[in-house]
Amino acid sequence: MDLAKQIEPNAEIAARRRAAGLLARATTNELHAAWEKLPAKPEVKPVRGPETGLVMVRGRIGGGGAPFNLGEATVTRATVLLASGTAGHAQALGTAKANVRLAAIFDALWQEAGTRDFVEATLLGPIEARVATEDKQKAEETAATRVDFFTMVRGDD
Amino acid sequence: MYVAVKGGEAAINNAHRLLADRRRGDRSLPSVTIEQIVEQLGLAVDRVMAEASLYDRALAALAIRQSRGDMIEAIFLLRAYRTTLPRFGSSVPVDTAAMKVERRVSATYKDLPGGQLLGATFDYTHRLLDPSLLTDEAVEEPERRDAPQEHIMRVSDILAHEGLIEADGEFSEDHQAGDLTREPMEFPMSRDLRLQALARGDEGFLLALGYSTQRGYGRNHPFVGEVRIGEVEVEIEVAELGFAVSLGRIRITECQMVNQFKGSSKAPPQFTRGYGLVFGQSERKAMSMSLVDRALRAEELGEDITAPAQDEEFVISHSDNVQATGFVEHLKLPHYVDFQAELALVRKMRADVEAARNAGKDLREAAE
Repeated sequence: MDLAKQIEPNAEIAARRRAAGLLARATTNELHAAWEKLPAKPEVKPVRGPETGLVMVRGRIGGGGAPFNLGEATVTRATVLLASGTAGHAQALGTAKANVRLAAIFDALWQEAGTRDFVEATLLGPIEARVATEDKQKAEETAATRVDFFTMVRGDD
Repeated sequence: MYVAVKGGEAAINNAHRLLADRRRGDRSLPSVTIEQIVEQLGLAVDRVMAEASLYDRALAALAIRQSRGDMIEAIFLLRAYRTTLPRFGSSVPVDTAAMKVERRVSATYKDLPGGQLLGATFDYTHRLLDPSLLTDEAVEEPERRDAPQEHIMRVSDILAHEGLIEADGEFSEDHQAGDLTREPMEFPMSRDLRLQALARGDEGFLLALGYSTQRGYGRNHPFVGEVRIGEVEVEIEVAELGFAVSLGRIRITECQMVNQFKGSSKAPPQFTRGYGLVFGQSERKAMSMSLVDRALRAEELGEDITAPAQDEEFVISHSDNVQATGFVEHLKLPHYVDFQAELALVRKMRADVEAARNAGKDLREAAE
Protein backbone atom coordinates (compact mmCIF):
# COMPACT_ATOMS: atom_id res chain seq x y z
CA MET A 1 0.00 0.00 0.00
CA ASP A 2 1.11 3.52 -0.74
CA LEU A 3 2.71 4.91 2.39
CA ALA A 4 1.68 8.51 1.68
CA LYS A 5 -1.96 7.49 1.44
CA GLN A 6 -1.70 5.74 4.80
CA ILE A 7 -0.11 8.69 6.56
CA GLU A 8 -2.39 11.37 5.14
CA PRO A 9 -5.70 10.13 6.56
CA ASN A 10 -3.96 9.46 9.88
CA ALA A 11 -2.74 13.06 10.03
CA GLU A 12 -6.26 14.27 9.19
CA ILE A 13 -7.74 12.01 11.91
CA ALA A 14 -5.19 13.25 14.44
CA ALA A 15 -6.07 16.88 13.56
CA ARG A 16 -9.78 16.20 13.91
CA ARG A 17 -9.24 14.36 17.19
CA ARG A 18 -7.28 17.33 18.54
CA ALA A 19 -9.99 19.79 17.44
CA ALA A 20 -12.79 17.67 18.95
CA GLY A 21 -10.85 17.24 22.21
CA LEU A 22 -10.26 20.99 22.52
CA LEU A 23 -13.88 21.84 21.65
CA ALA A 24 -14.96 19.45 24.43
CA ARG A 25 -12.90 21.53 26.87
CA ALA A 26 -14.21 24.92 25.67
CA THR A 27 -15.80 27.17 28.29
CA THR A 28 -18.97 29.19 27.73
CA ASN A 29 -16.93 32.40 27.62
CA GLU A 30 -14.46 31.02 25.07
CA LEU A 31 -17.25 29.86 22.76
CA HIS A 32 -19.21 33.09 23.03
CA ALA A 33 -16.12 35.26 22.48
CA ALA A 34 -15.25 33.32 19.32
CA TRP A 35 -18.85 33.52 18.10
CA GLU A 36 -18.90 37.30 18.63
CA LYS A 37 -15.69 37.66 16.61
CA LEU A 38 -16.98 35.55 13.75
CA PRO A 39 -17.28 38.03 10.82
CA ALA A 40 -20.12 36.21 9.01
CA LYS A 41 -22.45 34.11 11.12
CA PRO A 42 -23.22 30.91 9.25
CA GLU A 43 -26.70 29.63 8.61
CA VAL A 44 -27.08 26.55 10.82
CA LYS A 45 -29.60 23.74 10.67
CA PRO A 46 -29.84 21.34 13.61
CA VAL A 47 -29.48 17.69 12.66
CA ARG A 48 -29.46 16.10 16.09
CA GLY A 49 -29.63 17.53 19.55
CA PRO A 50 -28.16 19.15 21.45
CA GLU A 51 -29.12 16.23 23.68
CA THR A 52 -27.84 14.96 27.01
CA GLY A 53 -27.26 11.30 27.76
CA LEU A 54 -24.83 8.99 29.44
CA VAL A 55 -21.55 7.38 28.59
CA MET A 56 -20.49 4.31 30.54
CA VAL A 57 -16.93 5.02 31.66
CA ARG A 58 -14.81 1.90 31.64
CA GLY A 59 -11.64 1.12 33.53
CA ARG A 60 -9.28 -1.84 33.37
CA ILE A 61 -8.79 -4.46 36.07
CA GLY A 62 -5.43 -3.80 37.72
CA GLY A 63 -5.04 -0.68 35.55
CA GLY A 64 -4.13 -2.55 32.36
CA GLY A 65 -6.20 -5.74 32.34
CA ALA A 66 -9.67 -6.60 31.09
CA PRO A 67 -12.19 -3.73 30.86
CA PHE A 68 -14.90 -3.27 33.50
CA ASN A 69 -17.70 -0.74 33.86
CA LEU A 70 -16.73 1.91 36.40
CA GLY A 71 -19.82 4.10 36.24
CA GLU A 72 -21.57 6.55 33.96
CA ALA A 73 -20.96 10.21 33.17
CA THR A 74 -23.29 12.79 31.70
CA VAL A 75 -22.43 13.76 28.15
CA THR A 76 -24.04 16.18 25.72
CA ARG A 77 -23.77 15.95 21.96
CA ALA A 78 -24.97 17.90 18.94
CA THR A 79 -24.79 17.64 15.18
CA VAL A 80 -25.45 20.63 12.93
CA LEU A 81 -25.43 21.28 9.21
CA LEU A 82 -24.13 24.50 7.67
CA ALA A 83 -25.80 25.95 4.57
CA SER A 84 -22.63 24.97 2.71
CA GLY A 85 -23.44 21.32 3.45
CA THR A 86 -20.68 20.74 6.01
CA ALA A 87 -21.79 18.75 9.05
CA GLY A 88 -20.38 19.69 12.43
CA HIS A 89 -20.34 17.36 15.40
CA ALA A 90 -19.47 17.95 19.04
CA GLN A 91 -19.71 16.15 22.36
CA ALA A 92 -18.56 17.02 25.85
CA LEU A 93 -18.93 15.77 29.39
CA GLY A 94 -21.67 17.55 31.32
CA THR A 95 -25.04 18.99 30.42
CA ALA A 96 -24.17 22.32 28.75
CA LYS A 97 -26.37 22.06 25.66
CA ALA A 98 -25.83 25.60 24.33
CA ASN A 99 -22.06 25.18 24.56
CA VAL A 100 -22.07 21.88 22.70
CA ARG A 101 -24.29 23.29 19.96
CA LEU A 102 -21.83 26.14 19.46
CA ALA A 103 -18.92 23.67 19.53
CA ALA A 104 -20.61 21.66 16.75
CA ILE A 105 -20.88 24.82 14.64
CA PHE A 106 -17.20 25.54 15.20
CA ASP A 107 -16.38 21.93 14.33
CA ALA A 108 -18.07 22.48 10.96
CA LEU A 109 -16.33 25.81 10.45
CA TRP A 110 -13.00 24.19 11.33
CA GLN A 111 -13.54 21.65 8.55
CA GLU A 112 -14.06 24.38 5.95
CA ALA A 113 -10.89 25.75 4.38
CA GLY A 114 -12.11 29.35 4.55
CA THR A 115 -12.74 29.41 8.29
CA ARG A 116 -10.28 26.84 9.70
CA ASP A 117 -7.61 29.45 10.42
CA PHE A 118 -10.15 31.65 12.18
CA VAL A 119 -11.30 28.77 14.42
CA GLU A 120 -7.69 27.83 15.16
CA ALA A 121 -6.66 31.38 16.03
CA THR A 122 -9.74 32.53 17.93
CA LEU A 123 -10.85 29.35 19.66
CA LEU A 124 -8.68 26.24 19.53
CA GLY A 125 -5.40 28.09 20.08
CA PRO A 126 -6.60 29.92 23.20
CA ILE A 127 -8.20 26.74 24.63
CA GLU A 128 -4.98 24.81 24.05
CA ALA A 129 -2.97 27.54 25.74
CA ARG A 130 -5.34 27.72 28.71
CA VAL A 131 -5.37 23.96 29.24
CA ALA A 132 -1.56 23.86 29.01
CA THR A 133 -1.27 26.68 31.56
CA GLU A 134 -3.72 25.00 33.94
CA ASP A 135 -1.93 21.66 33.62
CA LYS A 136 1.46 23.26 34.19
CA GLN A 137 0.23 25.09 37.28
CA LYS A 138 -1.28 21.90 38.75
CA ALA A 139 1.83 19.89 37.94
CA GLU A 140 4.02 22.49 39.63
CA GLU A 141 1.78 22.64 42.69
CA THR A 142 1.93 18.84 42.94
CA ALA A 143 5.71 18.82 42.38
CA ALA A 144 6.11 21.11 45.41
CA THR A 145 4.57 18.33 47.55
CA ARG A 146 7.12 15.74 46.40
CA VAL A 147 8.97 14.14 49.30
CA ASP A 148 12.73 14.65 49.30
CA PHE A 149 14.18 11.86 51.42
CA PHE A 150 17.52 12.37 53.11
CA THR A 151 19.54 9.99 55.20
CA MET A 152 19.89 10.74 58.90
CA VAL A 153 23.51 10.77 59.99
CA ARG A 154 23.91 8.60 63.05
CA GLY A 155 26.74 8.47 65.58
CA ASP A 156 28.27 11.62 64.17
CA ASP A 157 30.96 13.00 66.51
CA MET B 1 -62.11 -6.52 60.02
CA TYR B 2 -59.84 -4.14 58.14
CA VAL B 3 -61.15 -1.50 55.76
CA ALA B 4 -58.90 0.03 53.09
CA VAL B 5 -58.46 3.76 53.59
CA LYS B 6 -56.70 6.55 51.84
CA GLY B 7 -55.62 9.93 53.02
CA GLY B 8 -52.76 12.07 54.10
CA GLU B 9 -52.53 14.16 50.94
CA ALA B 10 -52.71 17.46 52.77
CA ALA B 11 -50.29 16.19 55.41
CA ILE B 12 -47.80 15.09 52.73
CA ASN B 13 -48.03 18.39 50.86
CA ASN B 14 -47.51 20.35 54.03
CA ALA B 15 -44.65 18.07 55.09
CA HIS B 16 -42.86 18.72 51.81
CA ARG B 17 -43.45 22.44 52.15
CA LEU B 18 -41.99 22.25 55.64
CA LEU B 19 -39.02 20.27 54.29
CA ALA B 20 -38.33 23.06 51.76
CA ASP B 21 -38.44 25.58 54.58
CA ARG B 22 -36.09 23.63 56.86
CA ARG B 23 -33.74 23.02 53.94
CA ARG B 24 -33.50 26.75 53.33
CA GLY B 25 -33.02 27.42 57.04
CA ASP B 26 -32.55 30.92 58.45
CA ARG B 27 -33.53 33.33 55.64
CA SER B 28 -31.22 36.02 57.02
CA LEU B 29 -28.26 33.88 55.92
CA PRO B 30 -27.22 33.69 52.26
CA SER B 31 -28.28 30.56 50.41
CA VAL B 32 -25.43 28.16 49.56
CA THR B 33 -24.76 27.99 45.80
CA ILE B 34 -24.05 24.94 43.64
CA GLU B 35 -20.67 26.45 42.72
CA GLN B 36 -19.81 26.82 46.42
CA ILE B 37 -20.67 23.18 47.09
CA VAL B 38 -18.60 22.04 44.10
CA GLU B 39 -15.61 24.17 45.13
CA GLN B 40 -15.70 23.94 48.92
CA LEU B 41 -17.36 20.60 49.66
CA GLY B 42 -15.70 18.82 46.75
CA LEU B 43 -15.13 15.53 48.54
CA ALA B 44 -18.81 15.27 49.46
CA VAL B 45 -19.57 15.85 45.77
CA ASP B 46 -17.07 13.11 44.87
CA ARG B 47 -18.68 10.62 47.23
CA VAL B 48 -22.13 11.26 45.81
CA MET B 49 -20.85 10.81 42.25
CA ALA B 50 -19.00 7.60 43.12
CA GLU B 51 -21.89 5.90 44.91
CA ALA B 52 -24.54 7.20 42.52
CA SER B 53 -22.29 5.83 39.77
CA LEU B 54 -22.77 9.04 37.81
CA TYR B 55 -20.02 11.55 37.18
CA ASP B 56 -21.42 15.08 37.09
CA ARG B 57 -20.12 17.53 39.66
CA ALA B 58 -22.88 20.13 39.28
CA LEU B 59 -25.73 17.62 39.51
CA ALA B 60 -24.11 15.91 42.52
CA ALA B 61 -23.85 19.31 44.23
CA LEU B 62 -27.50 20.00 43.44
CA ALA B 63 -28.40 16.64 44.98
CA ILE B 64 -26.43 17.47 48.14
CA ARG B 65 -28.21 20.79 48.46
CA GLN B 66 -31.62 19.27 47.82
CA SER B 67 -30.99 16.49 50.37
CA ARG B 68 -29.82 18.95 53.06
CA GLY B 69 -26.46 17.17 53.08
CA ASP B 70 -27.93 13.67 53.59
CA MET B 71 -25.41 11.77 51.46
CA ILE B 72 -27.43 8.63 50.81
CA GLU B 73 -30.49 10.71 49.91
CA ALA B 74 -28.28 12.70 47.49
CA ILE B 75 -26.94 9.47 45.99
CA PHE B 76 -30.53 8.24 45.61
CA LEU B 77 -31.54 11.49 43.82
CA LEU B 78 -28.63 11.23 41.37
CA ARG B 79 -29.32 7.53 40.71
CA ALA B 80 -32.95 8.37 39.98
CA TYR B 81 -31.93 11.16 37.61
CA ARG B 82 -29.62 8.76 35.78
CA THR B 83 -32.52 6.52 34.85
CA THR B 84 -34.10 9.37 32.85
CA LEU B 85 -31.20 9.58 30.38
CA PRO B 86 -30.44 7.44 27.33
CA ARG B 87 -27.00 5.85 27.10
CA PHE B 88 -24.96 6.97 24.10
CA GLY B 89 -22.29 4.31 24.47
CA SER B 90 -19.29 3.11 26.44
CA SER B 91 -15.96 4.87 26.72
CA VAL B 92 -12.63 3.53 25.64
CA PRO B 93 -11.19 2.15 28.93
CA VAL B 94 -9.51 5.04 30.77
CA ASP B 95 -5.71 4.90 30.88
CA THR B 96 -4.62 5.47 34.48
CA ALA B 97 -0.94 5.27 33.47
CA ALA B 98 -1.48 8.51 31.51
CA MET B 99 -3.19 10.22 34.45
CA LYS B 100 -2.46 13.90 35.18
CA VAL B 101 -1.34 12.96 38.67
CA GLU B 102 -2.29 15.26 41.58
CA ARG B 103 -1.29 12.82 44.31
CA ARG B 104 0.63 9.57 44.24
CA VAL B 105 2.09 7.67 47.15
CA SER B 106 3.55 4.19 47.49
CA ALA B 107 4.02 2.35 50.77
CA THR B 108 6.23 -0.32 49.15
CA TYR B 109 8.97 1.74 47.45
CA LYS B 110 10.56 4.84 48.89
CA ASP B 111 12.32 5.96 45.71
CA LEU B 112 10.32 5.22 42.62
CA PRO B 113 10.02 6.90 39.23
CA GLY B 114 7.81 9.95 39.65
CA GLY B 115 8.44 10.08 43.40
CA GLN B 116 6.12 10.31 46.38
CA LEU B 117 3.73 13.16 45.60
CA LEU B 118 1.61 14.07 48.62
CA GLY B 119 -0.74 16.46 46.84
CA ALA B 120 -3.64 17.96 48.80
CA THR B 121 -3.88 15.47 51.67
CA PHE B 122 -5.24 15.29 55.20
CA ASP B 123 -2.34 12.94 56.04
CA TYR B 124 0.15 14.39 58.56
CA THR B 125 -2.33 17.06 59.68
CA HIS B 126 -2.82 17.12 63.45
CA ARG B 127 -6.59 16.87 63.33
CA LEU B 128 -6.91 19.98 65.43
CA LEU B 129 -9.90 22.17 64.68
CA ASP B 130 -8.69 25.29 62.91
CA PRO B 131 -10.27 28.44 64.39
CA SER B 132 -9.14 30.48 61.37
CA LEU B 133 -11.84 28.68 59.38
CA LEU B 134 -14.49 30.19 61.67
CA THR B 135 -13.95 33.38 59.74
CA ASP B 136 -13.20 33.99 56.11
CA GLU B 137 -9.45 34.59 56.32
CA ALA B 138 -7.35 34.84 53.16
CA VAL B 139 -5.66 31.59 52.14
CA GLU B 140 -2.19 31.69 50.65
CA GLU B 141 -1.49 30.39 47.14
CA PRO B 142 0.13 26.94 46.94
CA GLU B 143 3.89 26.62 46.65
CA ARG B 144 5.16 25.68 43.20
CA ARG B 145 8.20 23.84 41.98
CA ASP B 146 9.36 22.92 38.47
CA ALA B 147 7.68 19.69 37.49
CA PRO B 148 10.02 17.15 35.88
CA GLN B 149 8.81 15.52 32.67
CA GLU B 150 9.05 12.11 34.28
CA HIS B 151 6.66 9.24 33.61
CA ILE B 152 4.95 8.32 36.85
CA MET B 153 5.40 4.58 36.54
CA ARG B 154 2.90 2.13 37.96
CA VAL B 155 4.24 0.22 40.95
CA SER B 156 2.76 -3.00 39.57
CA ASP B 157 4.99 -2.56 36.49
CA ILE B 158 8.09 -2.34 38.70
CA LEU B 159 7.34 -5.66 40.40
CA ALA B 160 6.24 -7.19 37.10
CA HIS B 161 9.79 -6.81 35.76
CA GLU B 162 10.94 -9.33 38.33
CA GLY B 163 8.01 -11.64 37.68
CA LEU B 164 7.12 -11.57 41.37
CA ILE B 165 3.60 -10.27 40.93
CA GLU B 166 0.60 -11.53 39.05
CA ALA B 167 -0.45 -9.71 35.89
CA ASP B 168 -3.36 -7.26 35.65
CA GLY B 169 -6.60 -9.25 35.66
CA GLU B 170 -7.29 -10.69 32.22
CA PHE B 171 -10.23 -12.54 30.73
CA SER B 172 -10.38 -14.51 27.50
CA GLU B 173 -10.62 -12.46 24.29
CA ASP B 174 -14.35 -12.98 23.85
CA HIS B 175 -15.29 -11.89 27.39
CA GLN B 176 -17.65 -8.91 27.36
CA ALA B 177 -17.52 -6.67 30.43
CA GLY B 178 -20.75 -7.29 32.34
CA ASP B 179 -23.02 -4.43 33.32
CA LEU B 180 -25.01 -4.49 36.56
CA THR B 181 -27.29 -1.73 35.32
CA ARG B 182 -28.43 -3.89 32.41
CA GLU B 183 -28.41 -7.49 33.66
CA PRO B 184 -29.80 -9.02 36.84
CA MET B 185 -27.24 -10.01 39.45
CA GLU B 186 -26.18 -13.63 39.47
CA PHE B 187 -23.70 -15.49 41.63
CA PRO B 188 -20.95 -16.49 41.27
CA MET B 189 -20.01 -13.25 39.58
CA SER B 190 -16.99 -12.45 37.39
CA ARG B 191 -14.41 -9.99 38.73
CA ASP B 192 -15.37 -7.22 36.29
CA LEU B 193 -18.94 -7.20 37.61
CA ARG B 194 -17.73 -7.32 41.21
CA LEU B 195 -15.53 -4.27 40.57
CA GLN B 196 -18.49 -2.39 39.09
CA ALA B 197 -20.54 -3.20 42.19
CA LEU B 198 -17.70 -2.24 44.54
CA ALA B 199 -17.02 1.03 42.67
CA ARG B 200 -20.59 2.13 43.45
CA GLY B 201 -20.68 0.40 46.84
CA ASP B 202 -21.17 2.21 50.13
CA GLU B 203 -17.90 3.65 51.42
CA GLY B 204 -18.70 2.83 55.05
CA PHE B 205 -19.66 -0.76 54.27
CA LEU B 206 -16.51 -1.37 52.23
CA LEU B 207 -14.36 0.37 54.83
CA ALA B 208 -15.72 -1.91 57.56
CA LEU B 209 -15.18 -5.03 55.44
CA GLY B 210 -11.67 -3.96 54.45
CA TYR B 211 -10.93 -3.32 58.12
CA SER B 212 -12.27 -6.75 59.04
CA THR B 213 -9.72 -8.41 56.72
CA GLN B 214 -6.94 -6.52 58.48
CA ARG B 215 -8.22 -7.70 61.86
CA GLY B 216 -8.01 -11.33 60.83
CA TYR B 217 -11.34 -12.11 59.19
CA GLY B 218 -9.89 -13.20 55.84
CA ARG B 219 -6.42 -11.75 56.31
CA ASN B 220 -4.51 -11.18 53.07
CA HIS B 221 -1.35 -9.27 54.10
CA PRO B 222 -1.88 -6.06 52.13
CA PHE B 223 0.55 -3.31 51.17
CA VAL B 224 -0.45 -0.18 49.33
CA GLY B 225 1.63 -0.59 46.20
CA GLU B 226 0.28 2.72 45.06
CA VAL B 227 -2.54 5.20 45.41
CA ARG B 228 -2.86 7.78 42.68
CA ILE B 229 -5.39 10.58 42.20
CA GLY B 230 -5.75 12.77 39.16
CA GLU B 231 -7.51 13.41 35.89
CA VAL B 232 -7.83 11.01 32.98
CA GLU B 233 -9.24 11.56 29.50
CA VAL B 234 -12.59 9.99 28.70
CA GLU B 235 -12.70 8.99 25.05
CA ILE B 236 -15.57 7.56 23.06
CA GLU B 237 -15.78 6.11 19.58
CA VAL B 238 -17.98 8.41 17.51
CA ALA B 239 -19.86 6.57 14.80
CA GLU B 240 -20.17 9.72 12.67
CA LEU B 241 -16.39 10.16 12.67
CA GLY B 242 -15.19 6.57 12.75
CA PHE B 243 -12.62 7.14 15.51
CA ALA B 244 -12.40 7.95 19.21
CA VAL B 245 -12.47 11.53 20.47
CA SER B 246 -12.04 13.00 23.94
CA LEU B 247 -15.12 14.12 25.87
CA GLY B 248 -13.02 15.86 28.50
CA ARG B 249 -11.45 14.68 31.72
CA ILE B 250 -12.69 13.18 34.96
CA ARG B 251 -10.88 12.91 38.30
CA ILE B 252 -10.49 9.40 39.67
CA THR B 253 -8.66 7.60 42.46
CA GLU B 254 -6.83 4.33 41.85
CA CYS B 255 -5.40 1.94 44.42
CA GLN B 256 -3.10 -0.96 43.64
CA MET B 257 -3.04 -3.18 46.71
CA VAL B 258 -0.23 -5.74 46.75
CA ASN B 259 -0.88 -8.89 48.76
CA GLN B 260 1.26 -11.78 49.87
CA PHE B 261 0.42 -15.18 48.38
CA LYS B 262 2.14 -18.39 49.35
CA GLY B 263 1.39 -20.11 46.06
CA SER B 264 -0.84 -22.99 45.09
CA SER B 265 -0.66 -26.10 42.94
CA LYS B 266 -1.19 -23.85 39.90
CA ALA B 267 0.79 -20.71 40.78
CA PRO B 268 4.23 -20.17 42.35
CA PRO B 269 4.62 -17.98 45.44
CA GLN B 270 4.18 -14.38 44.31
CA PHE B 271 2.37 -11.20 45.14
CA THR B 272 -1.30 -11.04 44.22
CA ARG B 273 -3.33 -7.90 43.85
CA GLY B 274 -6.52 -6.15 44.78
CA TYR B 275 -7.72 -3.24 42.67
CA GLY B 276 -9.65 -0.12 43.52
CA LEU B 277 -10.92 2.55 41.13
CA VAL B 278 -13.35 5.24 42.19
CA PHE B 279 -14.85 8.42 40.72
CA GLY B 280 -13.44 11.56 42.30
CA GLN B 281 -10.93 11.86 45.11
CA SER B 282 -11.46 9.14 47.71
CA GLU B 283 -8.50 7.06 48.69
CA ARG B 284 -10.34 5.60 51.69
CA LYS B 285 -12.90 4.14 49.32
CA ALA B 286 -10.34 3.05 46.70
CA MET B 287 -8.22 1.33 49.36
CA SER B 288 -11.22 -0.39 50.96
CA MET B 289 -12.38 -1.50 47.52
CA SER B 290 -9.00 -3.02 46.71
CA LEU B 291 -8.93 -4.91 50.05
CA VAL B 292 -12.39 -6.30 49.42
CA ASP B 293 -11.63 -7.08 45.76
CA ARG B 294 -8.64 -9.15 46.92
CA ALA B 295 -10.66 -10.87 49.67
CA LEU B 296 -13.36 -11.82 47.14
CA ARG B 297 -10.73 -13.56 45.01
CA ALA B 298 -10.32 -16.23 47.71
CA GLU B 299 -11.98 -18.95 45.66
CA GLU B 300 -10.03 -18.08 42.49
CA LEU B 301 -6.78 -18.29 44.46
CA GLY B 302 -7.72 -21.50 46.27
CA GLU B 303 -8.01 -19.93 49.72
CA ASP B 304 -10.44 -21.04 52.44
CA ILE B 305 -13.58 -18.91 52.56
CA THR B 306 -14.04 -18.26 56.27
CA ALA B 307 -14.86 -14.58 56.63
CA PRO B 308 -17.67 -12.19 55.60
CA ALA B 309 -15.39 -10.13 53.31
CA GLN B 310 -14.67 -13.29 51.26
CA ASP B 311 -18.35 -14.13 50.78
CA GLU B 312 -19.22 -12.75 47.36
CA GLU B 313 -22.98 -12.99 47.62
CA PHE B 314 -22.99 -11.42 51.09
CA VAL B 315 -20.69 -8.54 50.13
CA ILE B 316 -22.12 -7.67 46.72
CA SER B 317 -25.77 -8.08 47.76
CA HIS B 318 -25.34 -5.63 50.63
CA SER B 319 -22.87 -3.09 49.22
CA ASP B 320 -25.41 -0.85 47.48
CA ASN B 321 -26.62 1.80 49.91
CA VAL B 322 -29.59 2.88 47.78
CA GLN B 323 -30.95 -0.67 47.81
CA ALA B 324 -30.13 -1.05 51.49
CA THR B 325 -31.75 2.20 52.55
CA GLY B 326 -34.81 1.42 50.47
CA PHE B 327 -35.39 -1.88 52.20
CA VAL B 328 -34.54 -0.72 55.71
CA GLU B 329 -36.47 2.54 55.45
CA HIS B 330 -39.55 0.99 53.89
CA LEU B 331 -40.25 -0.49 57.34
CA LYS B 332 -41.54 2.91 58.48
CA LEU B 333 -44.22 3.00 55.78
CA PRO B 334 -47.72 1.80 56.67
CA HIS B 335 -47.80 -1.93 57.47
CA TYR B 336 -51.20 -1.73 59.10
CA VAL B 337 -52.60 -4.84 57.41
CA ASP B 338 -49.50 -6.97 57.97
CA PHE B 339 -49.44 -5.96 61.58
CA GLN B 340 -53.18 -6.66 62.08
CA ALA B 341 -52.59 -10.16 60.72
CA GLU B 342 -49.66 -10.72 63.11
CA LEU B 343 -51.67 -9.30 65.99
CA ALA B 344 -54.53 -11.70 65.30
CA LEU B 345 -52.06 -14.58 65.11
CA VAL B 346 -50.39 -13.72 68.43
CA ARG B 347 -53.82 -13.33 70.10
CA LYS B 348 -54.86 -16.76 68.84
CA MET B 349 -51.59 -18.38 70.01
CA ARG B 350 -51.99 -16.75 73.40
CA ALA B 351 -55.64 -17.99 73.66
CA ASP B 352 -54.56 -21.53 72.74
CA VAL B 353 -51.84 -21.53 75.40
CA GLU B 354 -54.24 -20.23 78.04
CA ALA B 355 -56.90 -22.76 77.10
CA ALA B 356 -54.31 -25.55 77.40
CA ARG B 357 -53.14 -24.30 80.80
CA ASN B 358 -56.73 -24.19 82.07
CA ALA B 359 -57.15 -27.75 80.89
CA GLY B 360 -54.10 -28.67 83.04
CA LYS B 361 -51.81 -29.62 80.17
CA ASP B 362 -48.06 -29.08 80.14
CA LEU B 363 -47.10 -25.75 78.49
CA ARG B 364 -44.39 -27.25 76.30
CA GLU B 365 -46.82 -29.82 75.05
CA ALA B 366 -49.27 -27.09 74.14
CA ALA B 367 -46.60 -25.12 72.31
CA GLU B 368 -45.89 -28.12 70.13
